[in-house]
Amino acid sequence: MEFSRKKHKKVTGDYQAELYGHCLQFYSQPPLENIPLSEFETFAIERLKLLKTVENLGVSYVKTSDLYIKKLDSEIKTLNFPYRSEMEEKKPQTGPSEYEKRRKDHISHFILRLAYCQTEDLRRWFIQQEMDLFRHRFNVLHPKYKNDFLRHNNLKYEKLSDEDKRRLGSKLINSNSAISSTKIEELEIYKVPFQDALDLVRARKVFLQEGFAFIPHQEIVTIVLNDFRTRLSKALALTARSLPVLQSDERLQPLLSHLSHAYVGQDYSIQKNIGKVSLEQIDSMSTSSFPLCMRHLHRALREQHHLRHGGRMQYGLFLKGIGLTLEQALQFWRAEFIKGKVDADKFDKAYAYSIRHMFGKEGKRTDYTPYSCMKVILSNPPSQGDYHGCPFRHSDPELLKQKLQSYKIPSTGINQVLDLVKGMHYQLACQKYFELTHGLDDCGFSLSHPNQYFVESQKLLGSGREVKKEVEAPQKGQSTPALKAAGPRDSTASSQTDEASAVEDPGSSGKE
Amino acid sequence: MLKLASASEYDPASLPDLLPLYYRRLFPFSQYYRWLSYGGVVKSCFQNREFSFTLKDDIYVRYQSFSSQGELEKEIQKINPYKIDIGAVFSHRPNQHNTVKSGTFQALEKELVFDIDMTDYDDVRRCCSAADICSKCWTLMTIAIQILDRALREDFGFKHCLWVYSGRRGVHCWVCDEAARKLSATARSAVAEYLSLVKGGEDTIKKVQLPDLIHPFVMESLNVISRYFVDYAVVKQDILGSKESVDKVLALVPEDVKKELKTDFHNEKNPVKRWDRLVSHVERPQGKKGQHAAKEIMLQYCYPRLDVNVSKGVNHLLKSPFSVHPKTGRISVPIDPREVDQFDPFAVPTISLICQELDRPRAGEEEEEEAKDKENESAPTEKRRVRDYKKTSLAKYVRVFEQFVEKMERARRGELLKKSDLQRDF
Repeated sequence: MEFSRKKHKKVTGDYQAELYGHCLQFYSQPPLENIPLSEFETFAIERLKLLKTVENLGVSYVKTSDLYIKKLDSEIKTLNFPYRSEMEEKKPQTGPSEYEKRRKDHISHFILRLAYCQTEDLRRWFIQQEMDLFRHRFNVLHPKYKNDFLRHNNLKYEKLSDEDKRRLGSKLINSNSAISSTKIEELEIYKVPFQDALDLVRARKVFLQEGFAFIPHQEIVTIVLNDFRTRLSKALALTARSLPVLQSDERLQPLLSHLSHAYVGQDYSIQKNIGKVSLEQIDSMSTSSFPLCMRHLHRALREQHHLRHGGRMQYGLFLKGIGLTLEQALQFWRAEFIKGKVDADKFDKAYAYSIRHMFGKEGKRTDYTPYSCMKVILSNPPSQGDYHGCPFRHSDPELLKQKLQSYKIPSTGINQVLDLVKGMHYQLACQKYFELTHGLDDCGFSLSHPNQYFVESQKLLGSGREVKKEVEAPQKGQSTPALKAAGPRDSTASSQTDEASAVEDPGSSGKE
Repeated sequence: MLKLASASEYDPASLPDLLPLYYRRLFPFSQYYRWLSYGGVVKSCFQNREFSFTLKDDIYVRYQSFSSQGELEKEIQKINPYKIDIGAVFSHRPNQHNTVKSGTFQALEKELVFDIDMTDYDDVRRCCSAADICSKCWTLMTIAIQILDRALREDFGFKHCLWVYSGRRGVHCWVCDEAARKLSATARSAVAEYLSLVKGGEDTIKKVQLPDLIHPFVMESLNVISRYFVDYAVVKQDILGSKESVDKVLALVPEDVKKELKTDFHNEKNPVKRWDRLVSHVERPQGKKGQHAAKEIMLQYCYPRLDVNVSKGVNHLLKSPFSVHPKTGRISVPIDPREVDQFDPFAVPTISLICQELDRPRAGEEEEEEAKDKENESAPTEKRRVRDYKKTSLAKYVRVFEQFVEKMERARRGELLKKSDLQRDF
């Protein structure tokens, strides 16, 4: 993206008609017009809001479910991004409003590219949300416009001949319910290298033969999306390279870095807690203030005197987040491991490294941050021998129930938790668990991080007074109380989180 | 622990004495180098490959790399590693990774690898647990190899899958096709997930949930399992014998069926007939929930359990073929997937066995040759090494490896011919 130039170029009408001719685009051309700074900021913040909603909805709902579609649609409408119904009533010769929306969609996407191209993590997050948004917008398009879009962007895929369809017959039918429910002769089936349809491969929703995936027309979004991802990921790499030029612009630089910090909320890597916790406290705190996932890992560790890699990472970083120093961590893990099959020597050789690694003392020297709920729920699911993951997401309901019973949760409460689990509201289920174990009706924050759970719990148990004041404090709109509540403990952090909350919030609307 | 008869031959304490002999006279460096240089056209293919060594006392040396077979050989013979791991091909030479700007040193390609470890089956084996294996549960590995080998070939179109016994309790697979080596991390994880059916940790009872529509891949996998299931799981593992194991199986069927089966099993003690009962019970209500329960049980008990994290990363290290397992002394040998049913992990030679075999015939002549070799170092060592391993029980495994490498070389020549033909057409 050539940023400096776009401020000087005049844009012709033809160019815009071409660019905004379709309500959905691949963002292959950067905007070339002048953009006022104020617009620059609002556009960016509103797209970020939209992407946050996409992220939150993606955790709470199945991505193609009716509720997901409804909620995302309404958010798109509220924030004035291009919306499907309006596009149907107007042709390319659009009235200002639809045109404005498309322009905003276009410009805001490119601004966020600038903000989110800088690190691997940011890029991954941005690509994921943009893809989910794109998938949704493509899916809700009228079939006619879908085809228009494909033609417009010159996307052509090899079609399967009738003879091949007959030959593969039942295999195709059994590979995807979209094929089994329609007549195979009438259905377009595309043949692409399996690398271009990874989401379908991953979910085993496509028939594979000799490295080719056979994709029914209904699933074409996957291949389109694959194209979208490839292009976006290349573009972000390019943008990152040309970023230094931009960083000298003092108007944009703070804005961009602020935007990119806004996406995660607090990362709980702040060092202020360091050394506040003693090893003796951990056992008792694990029952009073640890979220279920950590309580569970702690218990498994005490019982097995061992945790596998996934568990060590999830629990180790959490402990780091609540304030264990590297020395304490080494002592803690060693003491437990040597009770099991690992002797001290083996521990020092095989495990101590990875603990120092966690604290950024080895290898890449990255100071790793504790895992958020999103990360625990979505990545690296536990397998045989593992105790990590989110108990609300990764446990059989029956076992979860037993566990909650053993923790003396009243059965009405357990049922409420299980209902939330059934609806796939894992974070809300955990929040309910918090309320049940802390004797609250409404905990007053929206939970997104195991360390947040811990901080909130300690705050409650430590001094009731402070908490009360927090709850009463006036809040703008619905902004996340969790972030606000963290404020007064550290004044510098407070100003940051306040700003962040401006773009933070609407997630909660998705979860409730 | 491994069975006494074989373990008695190998004493871990003798490893430091045996390794020099093994690396000097038996390790198939030439075939190994041919494998990892993939035709040798792209030099960086071998030169930028990471090797890492485990030395005595678990000292771990990463980011080793070598510019030629000779260099690799020399180093290995010098430090005599207890274990050799192979990593990715990087953007720069791994041994110089500290000299390049951070962030630019990146893993570019690696074989697509799979790691199947018997410990992951602990909840469904009754014969052994943890690192132990026996000929009974080895069937699980046989099934795993057949299912995955078929899928990698027929579904994904890969042609060069090298299967290797890990030396103790599992198997590895190295998919060596160029397309596989170049897969992104996302693609690797997609492939691994396509191939994973058993999901969930200690807190999941039912680890296989099939959708209504059974995907052709699952069908093919079930075909493999059904060849073994009754004999292996029902008879040998006796999963429907004791009350405890019956309960474990019944936890996987729908509530109503469970009740019926419980009364049924009261009268029927024969495990094979019990299994028949179970199958007919769950498959009766067509289209109803739980109709796939029998299939799900078969999969939960027998379907390969992949360590997905090993497959996902481009730069994940994996134990090299022909490395020695320090605990068992067994050599990590290739397995011919066409003869997987005959593969017996307990027949795999230990380092002590093959070192003994070396000295067995005509010991006198051997020493003489050794003296001769010292006079003219370079070429004869190679020749002698070939003669050496052929004397030992390692020979047939090296042969499998050689055939694998040769097949890959033939395919590559074919490709090149095709390409040059095309060019002439233009």
